[in-house]
Amino acid sequence: MIENAWLIPVLPAVAFVVIVFLIRQFKMLSALTAIAAMAVSFIISVGIVWEIIQGGATMKKPVEYFVNWLDLPGLNIQAGILIDPLAAAMLFVVTFVALLVMIYSVGYMHGDPGFSVFFSYLSLFSASMLGLVVANNYFQMFFFWELVGLCSYLLIGYYFHKPSAVQANKKAFITNRWGDFGFMLGIFFLFLVFGTFNFGELAKAIPKYDNVAFLTLAGILVFIGPIAKSAQFPLHVWLPDAMEGPTPVSALIHAATMVAAGVYLVARGFVLFHSVETVALVVAWVGGLSALIAATIALVQDDCKRIMAFSTMSQLGYMLMALGVGSLTAGMFHLTTHAFFKALMFLAAGSVIHATHKQNIFEMGGLRKSMPITTWTTVIGALALAGIFPLAGFWSKDEILVAAYTEGAYALFGLASLVAFMTAFYMFRMVFVVFWGDEPEGQHAHESPLTMTIPLIILAFFSIFSGFIGSPLVETGFFSYVYYKYPHPPEPNYMIMISSTVLALAGIGLAWLIYGKKSISAEALKQRFQPIHTLLYNKFYIDELYLWLFDKVMLNISTAFNWNDRHIVDGIFDGIGDLTRAAGARLRFIHTGSLQNYALVIFAAVVIIMLWMAVPALGGI
Amino acid sequence: MDFPILTAILLAPLAGLLVILTIPAREELLIKITAALATGVGLVLSIIAYVGYDKAAGGMQFTEYYPWVEKFGIAYSVGVDGMSLPMVLLTAIVIFTGVFASWDMHYRTKEFFCFLLLLVTGVFGVFIARDLFFFYFFFEVAVVPMYVLIGVWGSTRKEYAAMKLTLYLLVGSAFALVGIIWMYLYAKAKLGFATFDIATLGTVAYDVSFQIPVFFLMLIGFGVLVPMWPMHLWSPDGHVAAPTAVSMLHAGVLMKLGAYGLIRAGVFFFPEGAKYWAPLIAVLCIVNVVYGAMVAMVQRDLKFVIGYSSVSHMGYVLLGIASLNLFGIDGAVAQMFAHGIMTALFFALVGNVYHKAHTREIGVLTGLAHQMPKVAVGFMIGGLASLGLPGLNNFVAEFLIFIGSFTKDQVLFGFLHFRVLSVLAIFGVVITAIYVLRVIQRTFMGPRDPRWDHLSDAKGVELVPIVVLCFTLILFGMVPSLLIDVINVGVEPLIAKVNAAAEIGGIF
Amino acid sequence: MITLEHYLILAAVLFCIGLWGALAKRSAIMVLMSIELMLNAVNINLVAFSRFLTPDALVGQVFAIFVIVVAAAEVAVGLAIVINIYRERQTSFVDEFDWLKW
Repeated sequence: MIENAWLIPVLPAVAFVVIVFLIRQFKMLSALTAIAAMAVSFIISVGIVWEIIQGGATMKKPVEYFVNWLDLPGLNIQAGILIDPLAAAMLFVVTFVALLVMIYSVGYMHGDPGFSVFFSYLSLFSASMLGLVVANNYFQMFFFWELVGLCSYLLIGYYFHKPSAVQANKKAFITNRWGDFGFMLGIFFLFLVFGTFNFGELAKAIPKYDNVAFLTLAGILVFIGPIAKSAQFPLHVWLPDAMEGPTPVSALIHAATMVAAGVYLVARGFVLFHSVETVALVVAWVGGLSALIAATIALVQDDCKRIMAFSTMSQLGYMLMALGVGSLTAGMFHLTTHAFFKALMFLAAGSVIHATHKQNIFEMGGLRKSMPITTWTTVIGALALAGIFPLAGFWSKDEILVAAYTEGAYALFGLASLVAFMTAFYMFRMVFVVFWGDEPEGQHAHESPLTMTIPLIILAFFSIFSGFIGSPLVETGFFSYVYYKYPHPPEPNYMIMISSTVLALAGIGLAWLIYGKKSISAEALKQRFQPIHTLLYNKFYIDELYLWLFDKVMLNISTAFNWNDRHIVDGIFDGIGDLTRAAGARLRFIHTGSLQNYALVIFAAVVIIMLWMAVPALGGI
Repeated sequence: MDFPILTAILLAPLAGLLVILTIPAREELLIKITAALATGVGLVLSIIAYVGYDKAAGGMQFTEYYPWVEKFGIAYSVGVDGMSLPMVLLTAIVIFTGVFASWDMHYRTKEFFCFLLLLVTGVFGVFIARDLFFFYFFFEVAVVPMYVLIGVWGSTRKEYAAMKLTLYLLVGSAFALVGIIWMYLYAKAKLGFATFDIATLGTVAYDVSFQIPVFFLMLIGFGVLVPMWPMHLWSPDGHVAAPTAVSMLHAGVLMKLGAYGLIRAGVFFFPEGAKYWAPLIAVLCIVNVVYGAMVAMVQRDLKFVIGYSSVSHMGYVLLGIASLNLFGIDGAVAQMFAHGIMTALFFALVGNVYHKAHTREIGVLTGLAHQMPKVAVGFMIGGLASLGLPGLNNFVAEFLIFIGSFTKDQVLFGFLHFRVLSVLAIFGVVITAIYVLRVIQRTFMGPRDPRWDHLSDAKGVELVPIVVLCFTLILFGMVPSLLIDVINVGVEPLIAKVNAAAEIGGIF
Repeated sequence: MITLEHYLILAAVLFCIGLWGALAKRSAIMVLMSIELMLNAVNINLVAFSRFLTPDALVGQVFAIFVIVVAAAEVAVGLAIVINIYRERQTSFVDEFDWLKW
């Protein structure tokens, strides 16, 4: 199967081409093509995972093959496939979530005029992400990295008639551009020193290289890419706005593609990020801080998709923190489990939005009765996200906490525990408000169609059980395959397990008190902490700061440049022209325009020349 | 003697011109078909030449040589190498699509196409000439029809723009002419016989003290055409005024004459001179890139945005030239090709919109994707190419230029590392994204505007430019070796020469 | 005895009359006629030089015939222009032809 891995990204790409150029008119056929291509990719991915479990490829002995994409003297760019357990896990997650999202979209996008186009975008999006996952070098990674950005641009702006959507996709693209800028510089630095983009060659060369300052610079520059892509502070501003896209897209962006790409890059280039202490520290703290910032903001948001957007940012912060403190296994494990329950949460939210046509949680309520499947799957997702034993999130989050603790990063450990508490609180705040409580007037919600609920159920199943593959309960699990340098099976740390569970339960309990039982008034709390609430509600005013920088600084400089161009530079050159013209105007009196004047001058000249030639003293003959 | 393919490429538009002269002016369709056929033949021949070029052998191929004025060493001598071949292909593509983009021309159609074909003959001539005299001759042939085309068929301050453009270009070419004649005389004294043959002139060992002033003349002469800041203003004004096909040809090809001339008649002859002036080029090109992009950001006229974006993108070409290494110049030539295709696409689309809506104001035009989805898709592809999205042609070119400039070790003014300049240039990519997306957002996205409901989408022949140009962008973006390998064959000898040249410090 | 000088003087006089006419006359027709006078003065010179200096060769005469042919063509073109101008401007006075100045 591994030798067929190249088909995984190619198939959805072919589906994209076929849909766009051939069968766009036939809606169902388009959807089926996209789904079929994805399904085959998924099957191949499963085959690859199976072979890896058989020992077909390990982290130390990956399977790699490539063709030369561009070959110049001194510059060899490959288009390659690199399969190791890390890539295999990612392939499985991406194809699985993408497949479910596509099936779900058949129901969700039903009746949309751009139905086929939507599926073609989804195919391209998945293809780009899969191309990124199998990349064997930084260049190819960057290539697909950008394509992923493009697809997110297209999909976020899918409702291009909505000004907010267009604004959001522009913001997403430009924010990501900043990341790309750093990423590109980073890989140029690497190329400058090592002369290659290939992961394997770099992994061999970097440990031998001893210029720490340089490696730090390169590492941090490359890390700017993930900061933007994985929506980490300070380049996270695009993620909440990205909710303008259709909900299945949000699920895809948040669970499996786009944002996961950043974490995956850090995992893939782990050697670089771990060769220097400072870079690892930066990764860990950016992750940790983002987790905290996002969680605090999520506490007060009232748009259900936004709450989840910030929860994604927060969870991604966790993953980066795990990678930063040195546990590749924990980070990737959390990425995997998170993909399942975050996709579940988003698709469930989509189901709710589909039914109510609202996104503000305070305009909904009591959906428990009319939408039972959605309700219970959401509860499972929220429990998993909050990290309640024995759901998937519990095991993966626990591993991250253990990693932070054993590496001695106590500050981060404390911070992560605090975030765990907040996560439980804001998730259940949403659950209680939306599904419990009283139904508002005029709400005629009903359960979504089967194409939408079946993916929910499948994802719920995985949200419950996927955690076991990496838990200390099994002997060979996720950790035996995906690791850095050597495998380290998790050791159960009961203190941490219990404390994190208690924190999560406390968060849920608090949410129940405020929003379920309403024994504590949310309004009163809000009044009491008005300034903090405003600050959090406005997301620390980071968006406003960027907007100010752009509008006031950048645009003004540009306007000044434009003025300079139009007046100073153009003035100088036009001035030369005007000068010539003015000189001409002064001399134009010579030109009377009268024929006979000219003839007179000619003859006078002839006479003068004749005389001059005739007089020997003047050189005549 | 093989089939003289290059002469055929050169004569195809000329033959079309002669045929059109015999057609009565009222037979507009016939004239357009003739022009399309003539340029189509040119395109097919160019593709044949491109495919038939033997990369393993390299060097000048498809050569023809007929002495003309032997006393002065002038000969009709043509041939293409890896650098000029992509340019010939570019010209053929752009003019072919340009003819279709001017299908809606109804005012003095006959004269319009005559001048257009004359112009393109000149451009082809420049790229295939192996003789410096004919190089310059065709260069002038290309400049003069431009004046008429803009002055008669233009819009928005057309007389002003036509005059401005012609004067800039003629002043520039006067500098280049002085340089060429000076070099000719110098070489004549050294060689003992007169010649305009580029290869022979390239073998002469020019003194460094001679190279420095003459390269500067060439830099001014061809730099105006590139256009290099601060001599760039003819370009936005000219673009805005010119009719669609002329804008396409002008931004798509004519600007490349400058960069091509700078490499062919500048760097190739005077490697030491190039090394001396490279820091100046580098500094100015950063102004081009960053300043051009920022000015593009605040424009209100669509064509002005594209005009300034050309200024910005041609800055990358200059950066590639300034880095004077293999990747840099490979990238510069590739960027010339890529930018030519991309900007031609832009102008074709804007021309289409302008023809139907009679305005180019950003902010007045809104939500056009509802009425003109195909145009919007084309514009999107062009815009993405412009901001350097992988998978489209520009990305590879820019990437090579960045690598080229990034791997150059040089310090300017004693403190400014060359790498800092390339970082600034890479930052230009971010600004480009901002202005491109801003235009797309304002013009094509947003709610449907009933004012524009009467606009019809591109259809029939109007689709030819969009399809052909988008296809080219994607093809060379996905399979860049098709382009880069050819270019590299032409650039390698040049770089060998540059590397062999004495190391002299830069001006700064 | 009529010598070469006589011819030359005649030609010079004729030329000066023609010159005066071309420069001073207002009517375009008169200007054209004066130009003819000047050309004929040149013809006389050519023929005379030929006759007295190289009697065997006919170069001068041949040249004179060329001049006559060119003069005929020139008058045809000139008159056509004058007629066109007259139609356009209702005048044939050269001092009113001032389009060269704009």
